[in-house]
Amino acid sequence: MLDIKKIRADFPILKRNVNGKPLVYLDNAATSQTPQQVIDAIVDYYQNYNANIHRGVHTLSQEATDKYEQARNKIQKHFNAAKAYEIIFTSGTTHSINLVANGFSSLIKKGDEILVSAMEHHSNIVPWQMLCERTGALLKVIPMNQEGELRMDVYDELLNNKTKLVFCNHISNALGTINPIEEIIEKAHKVGAAVLIDGAQAAPHLIADVQALDVDFYTCSAHKICGPTGVGMLYGKENWLNKLPPYQGGGEMIAEVTFEKTTYAGLPHKFEAGTPNICGGIAFGAALDYMNAIGFEEIAKYEHELLEYATQELLKIDGLKIYGTAKNKTSVISFNIEGIHPYDMGSILDKLGIAVRTGHHCAQPIMDFYKIPGTVRASFAFYNTLEEVDVLITGVLKAKSMLL
Amino acid sequence: MEIKDIQEEIIDEFSMFDDWMQRYEYMIDLGKSLPLINEAYKTEDNIIKGCQSKVWVHAELENNKLIFTADSDAIITKGIIAILIRVFSNQKPQDILDADTQFIDEIGLKEHLSPTRANGLVSMIKQLKLYAVAYQTQIED
Repeated sequence: MLDIKKIRADFPILKRNVNGKPLVYLDNAATSQTPQQVIDAIVDYYQNYNANIHRGVHTLSQEATDKYEQARNKIQKHFNAAKAYEIIFTSGTTHSINLVANGFSSLIKKGDEILVSAMEHHSNIVPWQMLCERTGALLKVIPMNQEGELRMDVYDELLNNKTKLVFCNHISNALGTINPIEEIIEKAHKVGAAVLIDGAQAAPHLIADVQALDVDFYTCSAHKICGPTGVGMLYGKENWLNKLPPYQGGGEMIAEVTFEKTTYAGLPHKFEAGTPNICGGIAFGAALDYMNAIGFEEIAKYEHELLEYATQELLKIDGLKIYGTAKNKTSVISFNIEGIHPYDMGSILDKLGIAVRTGHHCAQPIMDFYKIPGTVRASFAFYNTLEEVDVLITGVLKAKSMLL
Repeated sequence: MEIKDIQEEIIDEFSMFDDWMQRYEYMIDLGKSLPLINEAYKTEDNIIKGCQSKVWVHAELENNKLIFTADSDAIITKGIIAILIRVFSNQKPQDILDADTQFIDEIGLKEHLSPTRANGLVSMIKQLKLYAVAYQTQIED
């Protein structure tokens, strides 16, 4: 059992008021809040050992380098990567995906096929469209059903020996659906396609074992798992990372530079040009420490309880429809009330101190699928409470009475 | 009524409210009472960009005055439009161009809207003034 009271005490922001009401933060799928332990790691870095890494001879530089590489090791261990250098620090999931999409420019040719799922975030659609424009490859979409589950029967039909890449999120940010990535990966590999799984929404809820999954690329952002913004990671299998050319040129990523020719550094530095987000990387490690100390099994169990209760209570409201009713889903609830624009609902809830997301959640194709302008999305984290679900329900009812 | 007088009237009305819940309720009522736009005018061309919700504005000249009709798929946005139409519709294009929009700050509208909605509000005013520019040249012609 999680001690929620004790956990909440770790998050200074949860004590604040918004519009005169205690903050009820239900926008965790957009970004999670930061515990004191992570804030302390950030402060400790700037107060005690701020220095540029990898090249310094002095003590501070050595300390910063050690901590940064320790963070990489923590991430490696967390995702069970075979090698630490298979973990590339990036600015976040979008950066990770662009790095891979860019790298595949030289490996993809006209007529090749790339599959993306119908429930992708724009960040996992647009880079591949750009890749297709550059190479003449064809982008095909794995459709979903009304419940917001991928049509695996159609996936089987789409796969063929021209399929070179498959991209899919582990968990949909707009619907909460947990996708059957084991099956997706296994089937893609049978036709020789590489698979990138966007784990941005999964990382806060479960641990992905990249070796067990046999996934080629996996990515996530620190700010969704209690870490800071502007840092994330890309896991890539060593042989794939060696095949991909560097994404950006600069310092740190080179072995030798002359004006005639530059040779690139080995992994992971080949993909880490310039001074990285050192503090961010270290805080990312601290965030994983924090969440692992609480325990992902406990987190998942508790969040499921929040999901069940919130779903049950929301469905009692007349005219309310939930989008994304997959059997296997995380604590994300996208909903609308008939006759009410999600933006209006979100505005009233904000006045009541309740933070939710409204709009298309950077997943316009999903909204087009349901023929709606957007949804209200409440997403729960392990520090939310059943009482906060009640506040949400009261808020939704209040907004409904005002708006209808 | 002149634009300035209408603005004063709105400032008075808003000063009666104690909190933002009441102001929202008032705007929602305004939104619900906004006269319907002719469906034929709800075209892509008439959509104002910069809103999370859709906003359509149509303008036509009657007796040298500009008549605005508008709609939105979100009700609070409709309330904002209703306020703007009350101020700027049925006015001469030159008067619309000359009008300042200080009253929006005075009723505290912008600071109590979400950033995207505040941007939308700015876009709406810009669009109304652009119509005024366009029709002003028609009158001069």
